[in-house]
Amino acid sequence: MAEKKKVSLWKEFSKGIIKENPVLCLVLGTCPTLAVTTQASNAIGMGIAATLVLICSNAAISLLRNIIPDKVRIPAYITIIAGFVTMVQMLVKAYAPSIDESLGIYLPLIVVNCIILGRAEMFASKNRVIPSMVDGLGMGVGFTAAMLLMGSIREILGAGTWFGIPLTSGVVDPILIFILPPGGFFVFGMLVALSSKLSGKKKAAEDVGCAGCPLSENCSKVKKEGECNG
Amino acid sequence: MENILTMSPSPHLSSGATTRRIMLDVIISLVPASVAAVVFFGWKSLMLIGVCILSCVVLEYICRKVMKRKNTTGDLSAVVTGLLLALNLPPGLNPLMAVFGCIVAIVVVKQMFGGIGNNFVNPAITARIVLLVSFPVPMTTWEKPFEWLNTADSVTGATPLALVAQGESTSYLDLFLGNRGGCIGETCVLALLLGGIYLVARRVISPIIPLSFIGTVFVLSFLLGGDPVFHIMSGGVMLGAIFMATDYTTSPMNPLGKLIFGIGCGVITVLIRLYANLPEGVSYSIILMNILTPHIENLTRPRPFGKERKHEKA
Repeated sequence: MAEKKKVSLWKEFSKGIIKENPVLCLVLGTCPTLAVTTQASNAIGMGIAATLVLICSNAAISLLRNIIPDKVRIPAYITIIAGFVTMVQMLVKAYAPSIDESLGIYLPLIVVNCIILGRAEMFASKNRVIPSMVDGLGMGVGFTAAMLLMGSIREILGAGTWFGIPLTSGVVDPILIFILPPGGFFVFGMLVALSSKLSGKKKAAEDVGCAGCPLSENCSKVKKEGECNG
Repeated sequence: MENILTMSPSPHLSSGATTRRIMLDVIISLVPASVAAVVFFGWKSLMLIGVCILSCVVLEYICRKVMKRKNTTGDLSAVVTGLLLALNLPPGLNPLMAVFGCIVAIVVVKQMFGGIGNNFVNPAITARIVLLVSFPVPMTTWEKPFEWLNTADSVTGATPLALVAQGESTSYLDLFLGNRGGCIGETCVLALLLGGIYLVARRVISPIIPLSFIGTVFVLSFLLGGDPVFHIMSGGVMLGAIFMATDYTTSPMNPLGKLIFGIGCGVITVLIRLYANLPEGVSYSIILMNILTPHIENLTRPRPFGKERKHEKA
């Protein structure tokens, strides 16, 4: 029994990294992904902050899932998330002011990060505390990994450095467009294409409705095919 | 080798013209400009042209192979893209940067959208803009013509458009013959006009877009207080109007659409030149109008004979 539970927890954790990677498969949280990945260190900082919020908010929402009335659940979730984001922001400001400076407005904007609200709605509101926290951790690690990958590509190509360490700068001219917004979109598009190629999912155009959505398994809205308005 | 000849999706010429034939005509029409480039800027421009054509063809071949699609290198469209991109680069550019431009043109703009006939913007223009954004300093370091004959080191100088901003002018004859700084292929107006006349005579392009583009630049720059003759002969107006804006895939098909397209390009070019921070706006004007092309096509769709008008029906 215990072993079975462990296996399922591992499943909850690992799905966030590869199968349901929030950035590359679910295409959630693209705003911070595009905005703060100009440097690998920013990506890591953002990822860790979001992961902390994700674990805490998933735990709190899972605890309160039977108390929160269904009709006001979104405001309730947002309030809980905002509380944790404020705490994380204060911690970052106190202990890592340089990260706070480089993340700027995107740190408080974790409140409206779709990944966190999405996991609250899809997972934490329907599951026990421990699986919810593990789910949050997995999603957070997946988010951080995807951002680190993007940040590394953009920093190495666009600035010739990695975590601030000069790699090619001085030898080859950096391709400036990669640290500019268009380069962010290019790299993001390529990574999404690559990840869907590697995961072997071949979706026909007509499957990309609600039923073709990667969240369709746990989405409460999908009752029958075609009976979904978002 | 005959079986790799392909027909482009549009326009449906019934003259038996093939993509390869049309592309060959474009290459022939670009020969004078390329020769002028080598005369004015030396072996470096020859090397740039070679690097761009070679890497475009190789990249197209690799792309088609990886995507498991039919090999289309035989239709010469990659050669045209490479040649046009090279003619849009400054003479002293590092060839590696030119190769990056070719990757953008062929892989990102052309093949990822489905290959020839499916790109929504002109590959060579887009590559030039990406290069300009990526390498702002090397892409705006211009060399003076004929300096390659005298010294081993290149001597840099400003383009006529930049000089005008500083209050200096360039003589019309120098502009017409190409004795000035600039991208390797854009300087010699004479060579570009020869190529344009050849293309129109061979009926490869219709003269509507080049004439309306250049005409709009002439009239608008005159109205806004510029020197009209200078404005149509400087910068990339000739190269852009004759060779870039007339790309079949990214420009409207019927005459009214072509007219709107050409005027739009001209207006944006003049506005950028006179009121924006950049000295030159031809590439941005063409890419913006490329994006508007589907809408122009929709608005100027010809009414089939005998079909009632839309507003009458409603």
